[in-house]
Amino acid sequence: MPAIERSRPQAPPLAKIVLWVTLLLLHTPILVMILGALIEKTPDSWNWTLRWFAEVVNDQALMDALKNSVFVGVIASLLSTVIGTSAAVGLYRSAGGWRWAVEGLSVVSLVFPEIVFALSLLSLFFILQFELGLTTVVIAHVSFSISYVMMTVGARLATLDRSLEDAARDLGATEWQTYRSVVLPLLVPSIIGGGALSFLLSFDDFLITYFVNGVGQDTLPVKLYTAMKLGVSPKLNALSSLMFVMTLLALIFFFRSSAFRVFFEARGKHESKSEKENP
Amino acid sequence: MKLRDLFLLPVGLWFVVFVLLPLIIVGVVSFATRGTYGGVEWSWTMANYVRAFSPTYLGIFAESFKLALVTTGFCLVLGVLVSWAMATSSTRLRQLYLMAIVLPFLTNLVIRIYAIRLFVGAEGPLQAGLTFLGIPFDAFALTQNKWLVLYGMITTYLPFMVLPLYGAFEKFDFSLVEAAQDLGADVWKILFTVILPNLKKALWAGSLLVFIPSLGEYVIPDLLGGAKNMLYGNLITEQFLKARDWPFGAALSVLMMVLLLVLALVFRMWEARRARN
Repeated sequence: MPAIERSRPQAPPLAKIVLWVTLLLLHTPILVMILGALIEKTPDSWNWTLRWFAEVVNDQALMDALKNSVFVGVIASLLSTVIGTSAAVGLYRSAGGWRWAVEGLSVVSLVFPEIVFALSLLSLFFILQFELGLTTVVIAHVSFSISYVMMTVGARLATLDRSLEDAARDLGATEWQTYRSVVLPLLVPSIIGGGALSFLLSFDDFLITYFVNGVGQDTLPVKLYTAMKLGVSPKLNALSSLMFVMTLLALIFFFRSSAFRVFFEARGKHESKSEKENP
Repeated sequence: MKLRDLFLLPVGLWFVVFVLLPLIIVGVVSFATRGTYGGVEWSWTMANYVRAFSPTYLGIFAESFKLALVTTGFCLVLGVLVSWAMATSSTRLRQLYLMAIVLPFLTNLVIRIYAIRLFVGAEGPLQAGLTFLGIPFDAFALTQNKWLVLYGMITTYLPFMVLPLYGAFEKFDFSLVEAAQDLGADVWKILFTVILPNLKKALWAGSLLVFIPSLGEYVIPDLLGGAKNMLYGNLITEQFLKARDWPFGAALSVLMMVLLLVLALVFRMWEARRARN
């Protein structure tokens, strides 16, 4: 490998071994799961098959759960993208006023343990006598996604060239017109990135959904959790593999939009002031 | 009201109603009484807090605290070595490693745990391998135990340690390492006297990012630990979803929040003191 930079002395062999063992430990179970989904065991032979995937697709309950997941994901990500983008623009170069309150609450929603988040929302819905259902799931998902959208869009805003807005103002644009025709178009990629991130967060969430969803309105992860309590099966392998592939595709998408960095930066925000987004 | 404040209105309303208000409600509920058939009766009491400090629950808390600490410790050691190896490989490999670390993390937790259970479960590769090698094992004990919980915790939270550390390594001035090498320091001396002191902030940030969610973890012990492993997160969940003793569950979560708040404040103070020096 010729590309090793001379300015970085190699880590000791032990570190490399640990890296490889770690990667092995992280990935082996998932690989086994995917293999299990593609193999049919008969008493005397093992055959490749797509049968388990067909069973998943033909399972009405699973498809209903998928429908719920997609429905919640789409609505929640749309809502949190709109609210989060609006928040990021509102915070943009403003000082004082509401700023500390909004930022403080966004940090709270990021760093509080999921379980506290889940049960506090459950308590709220109980006190306000909201009926648990997909609506309450959407509300919960929006609540934890807004901050990620704020971070994604905020990171882009921080890199904007101020002279563009000044130029718009000099040409007589009102504040609204400046936002509408100068700032917003420049934000589109990060808004899409934030929206996709919140869809993934919503699609993957188990714990909070488990607390606030209504009876018989499971999302896919909740369904998987319940089914898993009964044991493993090739059909569940196929279902999990499908969900894994979706995540993989989303990840590739994220690596392009670099929204995934924001995810970790956001969670570490109160410890280390987040750095500029890497292009 | 300026246009900018109008932009902040939706988020402000949403956060107040669905983040702040719920937390306040939990605080209030923790001083209420459990109704006869579950639910909440509004007569005020400190009993929930007194109960939370009884030996049984303190024991469960200590167990969770220990698990969170051990998880953080493992992630710390692994994280340093892993991110060191990552940061010193070629540019292309660095990207690949990063993706390989992040991918399982972005994969749904329930799926990852499902995969682990499949791996260690009956007729799974691990049991098949052990049988093949003729090593005796207890099939049931193998599928649900503390070590499995620890494995699940470490593989779940490692990225939270690796990413801050890797970021710090990326900015680290490796000519310092070369200087130390020229002066005859061995690799471990370099690690402890040159590299780690420069990564302090990332080490702390990573540790908190691992420790905080570990303390309240519910899903991993629930699915990998079996019924024997009652942890704090499971205890809270049981109070809310099974025992229907919300006031007690609320008191337990308030205590957890207070502890985490104290930890965060200590970290802040430490950081402020460091900034002054």
